[in-house]
Amino acid sequence: MEAIKVILAGQPNVGKSMLINAMSGSNSLKVGNFSGVTVEKTEVCFEHHCHMLEMIDLPGTYSIRGFSQEEKVAHDYLLNEEYDVIINVLDSTHLQRNLLLTLELLKLNKKMVLALNMADEAKKEGLEIDVKQIEAIIGVPVVLVSANSKEGIEELLERVHDIADHEQRHNSNIIYSNPVEEEILVLSNFFKDRGFKLRDLTAREMAIRLIFEDKDLYKELHEQPIMMELQPVLVASLEHIYTHHDSKNISDIKASEYIAIARGIRMETVKCERNKGQKNLTKKIDDILINKYLGIPIFLFFMWALFQLTFELGAVPMDWIDAAFGAFGDIIGSIIPNEELRSLIVDGIIAGVGAVVMFLPNIIILYIGLALLETTGYMSRVAFMLDGFFHKFGLHGKSFIPLVTGFGCTVPAYMSTRTLKSEKDRLITLFILGFMSCGAKLPIYVLFAGAFFGAEKAGNILFIIYIAGAMLGLVMAKILRVVVFKGEDEPFVMEMPKYRLPSFSLIFHTVYSKAMGYLKKAGTFILVASMLIWFASAYPKQPLLGTAYEAKIAQVMGNEEQVATLKNELKLKELEGSYLGQIGKASEPFFAPLGFDWKMAVALETGLAAKEVVVSTLGVLYAVGDDVDENSNSLVKELQANVSFASAMAFIVFVMIYLPCMAASMVFAKEAGGYRYLFYLFVFTTVTAWVLSFITYRILI
Amino acid sequence: MKLSELRKGDRATILKIETDESLKGRLTSFGIARGTELSIEECSIGKKTIEILVDDTLIGLRAEEAAKIEVKKIEKVEMDKDNGSH
Repeated sequence: MEAIKVILAGQPNVGKSMLINAMSGSNSLKVGNFSGVTVEKTEVCFEHHCHMLEMIDLPGTYSIRGFSQEEKVAHDYLLNEEYDVIINVLDSTHLQRNLLLTLELLKLNKKMVLALNMADEAKKEGLEIDVKQIEAIIGVPVVLVSANSKEGIEELLERVHDIADHEQRHNSNIIYSNPVEEEILVLSNFFKDRGFKLRDLTAREMAIRLIFEDKDLYKELHEQPIMMELQPVLVASLEHIYTHHDSKNISDIKASEYIAIARGIRMETVKCERNKGQKNLTKKIDDILINKYLGIPIFLFFMWALFQLTFELGAVPMDWIDAAFGAFGDIIGSIIPNEELRSLIVDGIIAGVGAVVMFLPNIIILYIGLALLETTGYMSRVAFMLDGFFHKFGLHGKSFIPLVTGFGCTVPAYMSTRTLKSEKDRLITLFILGFMSCGAKLPIYVLFAGAFFGAEKAGNILFIIYIAGAMLGLVMAKILRVVVFKGEDEPFVMEMPKYRLPSFSLIFHTVYSKAMGYLKKAGTFILVASMLIWFASAYPKQPLLGTAYEAKIAQVMGNEEQVATLKNELKLKELEGSYLGQIGKASEPFFAPLGFDWKMAVALETGLAAKEVVVSTLGVLYAVGDDVDENSNSLVKELQANVSFASAMAFIVFVMIYLPCMAASMVFAKEAGGYRYLFYLFVFTTVTAWVLSFITYRILI
Repeated sequence: MKLSELRKGDRATILKIETDESLKGRLTSFGIARGTELSIEECSIGKKTIEILVDDTLIGLRAEEAAKIEVKKIEKVEMDKDNGSH
C-alpha cells in the first residue's frame, strides 16, 4: 500500500515538531519554545492502521508569502511539491492569529485537517472551543489535540486517513465583509451566467481570487476571450470596494478582511470563562524579567550562574572520572607486556579519550542551562531586551538566538541564522558566531582556568572568557557592518511566546542526546585521532638518539638525579624528532611570538579537526614528555610546570577566536553560500586570533 | 500619533501602517493591521524596543518600526487594570 504523504504546516512555535513526535511515538525532532527551532524540513515515517504515514515537518511560517529564508522553505514546499494531506497545526490559545495562516492555506485547495494543538493549555486557561462550529465555517475536519498530554492524537490520525481516502473537498462558509460579499456575488453571477469554468475552481473562488488580485489567475484568464467582458465588471467592483474601505491598496484591504474573518471565527467559536491565570502569570513574570532596569542585570546573573554551576558542580564528578581513567590506565599498563602496545593504549588511547570524557559533566550542565533557556520562552525576551544594544553593533536582536546556541555547538547555531531575513545580518552573524565559544572549547578553558587560577576562581574566569568572546564578537560585527556589509537593517518584529515550564522528559531527552553525541565522538573520532596523534608522537623511532643517551646514562650510573634528568632529556628529544614534533617545529616560528611552544602549536593545529582534540593532544604530548609514573599523572600539573602564565592566556585567546572545527566549517560554507566565504573566515579568524594573542602575551609577559 | 510615542500601559487603535509591503505582510500575519487594538506592555531601556499585546499575543517591536505605525490612543475610562487586554 502506498504511503500517505502528510505535511505539517503552521505558524512558528505551535508545536508541530512535538506533535509529530507524539504521533510517531518517537522523540526524534528537536523541540524548543521560540520561533524557528525547525529550520529545514524534516521527515518521519511510521505505520498507523497498516498504512505508512510519511510526515514532513515544515519550518513554522507566519504567512505563505515567505519573509525569512526558513519560511521560504515552507512556502516552496507547500506550493511546488506533491503531497496528500496538510495538517495545519494551530495553537488553541492563539486561534485568531493562527487562523490567518489557515485562511491562506485554504487557498491552496489541498486536503487539509486542522489540528488545534495545546488543547490542555486552552482548557487550563478556561477556553472552550466549539470544534463543530469551526468545521462548519472553514469546511475542513478539525481536531482538538495536545502533543503534550497526547489527547486527540489517535483521532487526528483517523481523520488524516479519512480525508486521504476521500476525493471530495469541502466547501468553506467563510464570509467577507458586506461590500466585498456584494462584489463576490456580482462576479460569481457573471461567471455562472456565462457557464465559465476554469480548473476545479468554483465561481465564488474565482471571484474572490480576482478581487484580491491573485496573479496566477490573472495570467490564466488573460488568455481567455471572457477577459474582454470581465474587465469593466471587475474594475467597477474594485472601485466599489475601494470606496468602502477608504483605501486603494488591495493588500491592505485583504489584510483587514482576513483579520476580521479570523476575529469573527474566534468570537463565534471560542468561549472564554474569564480565568486568566496563565496569562497573568506570563505577564507577571515579564514584569520582572524584562523590566526596564532589572531585566538585563537578571539576564547577566543567569548567565553568570550558569557558568559558575558548570564549573563548580562539574568539578566534582570530573575528579572522579580523571582518577578512574588514571587508575584504569595503570591497571591496563601493568597487564600488557609489550611496551609499544602499552604505550599506544595507555598514553595514546586512554590518555586522549580520558581527557575528553572528563569534561562530560561540564558539558551536561551547560546543555541543561541552554535547554532551559530554549524551552521556557526566555530566549525571545532576551532578544527583545538586547536588540537595542545589538543594533548599535550592526546586529539584529534575533541574532542573539544563534549566538547563544553557539555556546552549545556552532553547527546548529550556523543553521539557526536562517531566522534572519536580511542577507547581510545573516552573514555578519555567521562570521562572528565562532567567537561564541562552543561546548567543545569548554574543556580547554576549564583545563587552563583550573591550572592557572585555581578552582575557586575558575568559574569567574570562565564567565569572563565567554563574555569577552561575546564582546569581541560584537565589536567585530560592528567593524564588518561598517567596512564590509553595509546596508539596510532588518526590522525587528518578534513574537514573545508564553512562558512554559518544560517537561522533565523534554529537557532530559535534549540533554541526553547531546551528551551521547559527545561520548560517541569521544569513542570514535577522538579515539582514532588519539591513536594518530600517539603514532605521530612516537614515530619515527630514533635508535641513534637512544644509544647515545644510554651511553651517557651509563656514565653517570649511581647518580639518581642525573639519570632522571637525562631520561627526561631523551624523551623530549625523541618527541621533538617525531612527526608531530616536526610539524610543531615547522609551525613554531608562526606561534613563537605568542609564546607557544611547539606542543601548543600542534594542539592548536589538531584542534582544527575538532576542538576536543586540543585537550587530548595536550594530554598525549605531556603524558609522553615526562616519566609516566603515578606522581604526575594529571595534565593540570604538567601545564603548570611547563607553560608560563602569559603563554597560557595567549593560548586561551587564540582558542577563543580561531577557526571552528571541521564540521562547523563545512556548515558555515554551506550557510554563507560558498567555500569562498570559508576562506574569508579562515583569514579573518586567524589574523584576529594571532594579533590579539600577541597583544595578550606581550602585555602579560 | 505614532505607536512609538505611546507609553507603557497605553492602549491604542491602529490607523495606518506606512512600511514596505514585506514588513506590512509580516505585521498582518501577527494580526497587526488597520483597526487593530493594542496595548503597550513594556519598553526596553532607552525605548529601543517595545512589547505590545495584540489579540493575546505578545510581540516585540523595534522603535524604528513602531514609528511607522500611526495610532489613535484610547483614553482610559475607569479601566480594570488586570483586564487590560480586552
